[in-house]
Amino acid sequence: MDKQDINTEHSHGYGIYVLVWLGLLALTGLTIAVAGMNIGGFTIATALIIASVKGYLVLAIFMHLRDESMMFKVFLLVAAFFLIITFILLFSDYSFQ
Amino acid sequence: MSANTIVHAEVHVHRDDIGARLGMWLFLFTELILFGGMFIVYSVYRFTYPEEFHLAAQELNTIIGTLNTIILLTSSLTMAVSIVAIQKNKISLSLFFQFATIFLALFFMVNKYFEWTAKFDHGIYPGSDTLLNESSGQILFFGLYYMMTGLHGLHVIIGIVMIAFMMRFTSKGIVSYDNYVKLENTGLYWHLVDIIWIFLFPLFYLIS
Repeated sequence: MDKQDINTEHSHGYGIYVLVWLGLLALTGLTIAVAGMNIGGFTIATALIIASVKGYLVLAIFMHLRDESMMFKVFLLVAAFFLIITFILLFSDYSFQ
Repeated sequence: MSANTIVHAEVHVHRDDIGARLGMWLFLFTELILFGGMFIVYSVYRFTYPEEFHLAAQELNTIIGTLNTIILLTSSLTMAVSIVAIQKNKISLSLFFQFATIFLALFFMVNKYFEWTAKFDHGIYPGSDTLLNESSGQILFFGLYYMMTGLHGLHVIIGIVMIAFMMRFTSKGIVSYDNYVKLENTGLYWHLVDIIWIFLFPLFYLIS
């Protein structure tokens, strides 16, 4: 019983996954719609924001991150932090040289 | 005494699913850095050659790109529900969803094949005469396009092989309702492949 409790903890119904899938499809449609509009520099920002929301949905629901312990989330944040730092440092160097 | 020993042995199962998942996540972080490095290269060159990137992106087929996005998102759904099915001990249903995931992944690769061969027919491939006559920004765009979608496609192929193994494990009972961490880790890998595509799609197909 013990092993069952530790190792097989999270089980949700199918519904949430179908909902997230529909959400992802809707956001894909939104990305395409926004790309068709001419809003200059906001186009890429909007595309990246929508992609990040989609990525968050996949991470949290499909990859069960919301059910994992704090350790998993901290690990991901550390990994993401270093990637973002690399981007910021590189661009701060590149834009002003 | 012996009864106690048996109870003891049952409690201490030599299994650590949390550790297994954490190991998978650590591997996924290395993937994040691998693709992250390419996204950095992409963003610097796009920043340097904005017009050329817009021009070159017009060659890409947005309809195939959109179709492949829908296919990959749907394959992520079938992967996720295959795990729910195994949790509920519905083995054939889980196998069906795993098979559906493989089918969609193959569908994705077939589209990719047609997309790439169409470009080859137009003489657009790394090092081609047509491409070398274009501006350096366009050469860089297509170099990144082939490199990044190609590496992503390689991940899709690896994912297909992994899920095929999982189907075998599931049918043999190695993956079961109370021991499915292998299937779950394969799912984690598959969803990461999906996330990478979520970012590749707008950055390559939607900038014209």
